[in-house]
Amino acid sequence: MKYWRKPLDAERKRAPHGNVHVIFERCKGCGFCIAYCPRQVLEVSDEFNRKGYHPPVVAHPEQCVNCRLCEALCPEFAIWNTLDEQEVEATK
Amino acid sequence: MQEFELRASDFGLVLMNPNQLIVGRGTAEHHPMEDFLRMDRMPHIWCSTCGLGTCLTAFIAAVEESTIPREDIVVVSGIGCTGRAAGYLKFDSFHTTHGRAIPYATGLKVANPRLKVCLISGDGDLVSIGGNHLIHAARRNMDMTVICVNNFNYAMTGGQAAPSTPQGAFATTTPYGAFERPFNIPFLVDSCGATYVARWTALHVRQLTISIKEAMLHRGFSFIEVISPCPTVYARRNRLGSGLDLMKFYHDHSITKNFASTRECDIKFQQDIIVGKFVQKDEPTYLDAMDAQMKKTLGAKFVPYVGPMDPGADSGRTKSDART
Repeated sequence: MKYWRKPLDAERKRAPHGNVHVIFERCKGCGFCIAYCPRQVLEVSDEFNRKGYHPPVVAHPEQCVNCRLCEALCPEFAIWNTLDEQEVEATK
Repeated sequence: MQEFELRASDFGLVLMNPNQLIVGRGTAEHHPMEDFLRMDRMPHIWCSTCGLGTCLTAFIAAVEESTIPREDIVVVSGIGCTGRAAGYLKFDSFHTTHGRAIPYATGLKVANPRLKVCLISGDGDLVSIGGNHLIHAARRNMDMTVICVNNFNYAMTGGQAAPSTPQGAFATTTPYGAFERPFNIPFLVDSCGATYVARWTALHVRQLTISIKEAMLHRGFSFIEVISPCPTVYARRNRLGSGLDLMKFYHDHSITKNFASTRECDIKFQQDIIVGKFVQKDEPTYLDAMDAQMKKTLGAKFVPYVGPMDPGADSGRTKSDART
């Protein structure tokens, strides 16, 4: 992650990591998640789904910080985040 | 100059922590909001890049955060694209006749004051045909939450001009451009006595979630206007591109002014939109005022009505009634 200055608690804290899940056939290809992902995790896929839209694909899964903005913006309930399991283990 | 106490949540700061916006129990196979939706009705009829689905996610997130018991929440909606919302949400929900969402909701609230009545309906339904009901519910300070999704026209019937269509915008019934003065909806409800008024766009999901949550926990008439893109009718007739282009327009042209004077919040065609929480005040609700007046007149004879079920005794709800 790029910072404009080094945070004072950079040693103690780190950004969480999330997994992005997309329901390929439910998507209507609006592109809100792709346009507004703050970490550019998603890209438009080349494939069509059954409805004829281009759903997003998770192009850079390592970049996701589990902010869940795609989940909040998706009008089709077709994309959501979960906290990475290793992350959950580490916080236990 | 009136002073207001501003909290961090007014600026959307609280939700900078992602753990704050927790919508349930999402797993790798299960979308967390599916518990709140009638999945047998999905996919919904709303167009690609329409903002209504985003309003629903904000509503579901707000319900989840407010920790109000789910069986106490009632969703009422009228007719139109937004009127479909009640049918998609898995609560006790009513899809009412055109413009009459507020009378239904008033009846529900008066018959059972313990319910949290939420309305999700469009601008054509609430402000146009239901305009009288809206101003009177605001005047009475009926304890309900009204989410008015404004897409500037009657979208479901083909894009006719609505009382919210800005001057100069094209609609099916205004082929040479709308010339009527549109309603400034926050100012309308504020001047009629609403005690919580906010406006956000469909892009401001976090702020909208906070606002819906605050409105649901607020006692009194709470009104939230949500500016939503209509790609198929409004944007196409006005050559504004897709809903995503309108979302980018909202991103560039919304100005957050909390507690701005609602008089200055009117929307001009494709000009800056003032968003924020405009009004929050505590005043006696319709039922409070009725109880106070009855007590004054009848004295000890008056027994306040608490609803069909005695809260002290068995609630009357059986296990089989509980929604899954």
